[in-house]
Amino acid sequence: MSRPSMWRWPVVIGAVSLVGLLSALLGDGWADALSWALLAVPVVLSLRGLFGGRRRT
Amino acid sequence: MKTSTLKTWAWLHKWSSLVCTVFMLLLCLTGLPLIFHHEIAHLTGTEVEAPELPPDASLAPVSVDRMVATALALHPDRVVQFASQDEDDANVWFFTLTPTPAPTDDFRSVAIDARTGEVLAQPRFDEGFMWVMFKLHVDLFAGLPGKLFLGFMGLLLVVAIVSGVVLYAPFMRKLDFATVRRTRSTRIRWLDLHNLLGIVTLVWALVVGATGVINTWADLLIKYWQHDQLTALLAPYAGQPTVPVAERASLQASLDAAQRQAPHTQLSFIAFPGTAFSSPHHHTFFLRGDTPITAKLLQPVLVDAKTAAVTAAPPLPWYLSALLLSQPLHFGDYGGLPMQILWAALDILTIIVLGSGLYLWVARGRRPVEADLPAGALTAAAPTGAAR
Repeated sequence: MSRPSMWRWPVVIGAVSLVGLLSALLGDGWADALSWALLAVPVVLSLRGLFGGRRRT
Repeated sequence: MKTSTLKTWAWLHKWSSLVCTVFMLLLCLTGLPLIFHHEIAHLTGTEVEAPELPPDASLAPVSVDRMVATALALHPDRVVQFASQDEDDANVWFFTLTPTPAPTDDFRSVAIDARTGEVLAQPRFDEGFMWVMFKLHVDLFAGLPGKLFLGFMGLLLVVAIVSGVVLYAPFMRKLDFATVRRTRSTRIRWLDLHNLLGIVTLVWALVVGATGVINTWADLLIKYWQHDQLTALLAPYAGQPTVPVAERASLQASLDAAQRQAPHTQLSFIAFPGTAFSSPHHHTFFLRGDTPITAKLLQPVLVDAKTAAVTAAPPLPWYLSALLLSQPLHFGDYGGLPMQILWAALDILTIIVLGSGLYLWVARGRRPVEADLPAGALTAAAPTGAAR
């Protein structure tokens, strides 16, 4: 079986994305801003993986 | 995970992805400009805008009936199917005219200024780059069968995503989250990137994929709604033909009656008698609410086309609410320009996931799937081979 701890970040990012998707749907103003901040998380993590240099091996 | 289980999931991931990838790439590419359709129309000057009027202009609001007559005068050989009010500027009305009330791609649009009754433009939404993008994205120029086909490809995408999550476990078991092994081969680097991008965009891709699939069922859901909810309401009209234009009551009076029925709403669009969204005997007014969430939902009000009396305002069934809520979640149009930009970024990341998946399949060649696993990632059947 897989280590439970390996799912910690995927689950956190999934929850962050879900709240980001719903926030702007349910409200305006600050709710839109919350959506932007949360949906930026998967984008930033992807860009870091793509262009993040050779920090990790 | 046992080798045999891994092989099953890998098979499912490979084939569900391979079958849908070409279409998903097409949907991602055509969807990209569609995210910004409003901005593109604005920049290319094809957007209809009502002019500034001098503040002292004394204007009596023009009735919907007069606007309909104006639109029909431009296309005397056509009928009006739909009328809608621009979401951003209530002064701008759009009228859609077709040869018959039946659904068709042969339509003309007339935009009219409700303050003056003047024709603002006759925009052609059925030609040009954005129309091609739209049709490729929605139905591959193949109508309902095309829609349902793309919906099926969307379901395969969901299978590919779910099986991809299952495969994520053995591949990442021995690695820290977001590890990208850059010192090894290009293939290993792209394997890690495929896993990383796939897992972080997972929820967005699932939501946009699933809501896209739901959108492909829109025509069927509307048909089912007519059968499910309108049949009983229309029983008194059984056997009567579509109300002829000459016998129709004032549309303005009908609109006023509909809005009295549903206060705190704004008109989204009017479906004329005999069209897909109405009955042969009614003007159906679709009214949207005034809160962020109810603005996405619609209240239908059926108004007798002959008498302008409200027949019914049936509550929207759950499946149409689901359809209407799945539209913004697919379009990404509910959180301003920053959200559209994030939508585009996630769309491009999905293209990279699809492309890298294709590359990994080609580059792996005949190597078995477990060859790419980090050492000790599998629980082998024999206890001596167990991990660690």
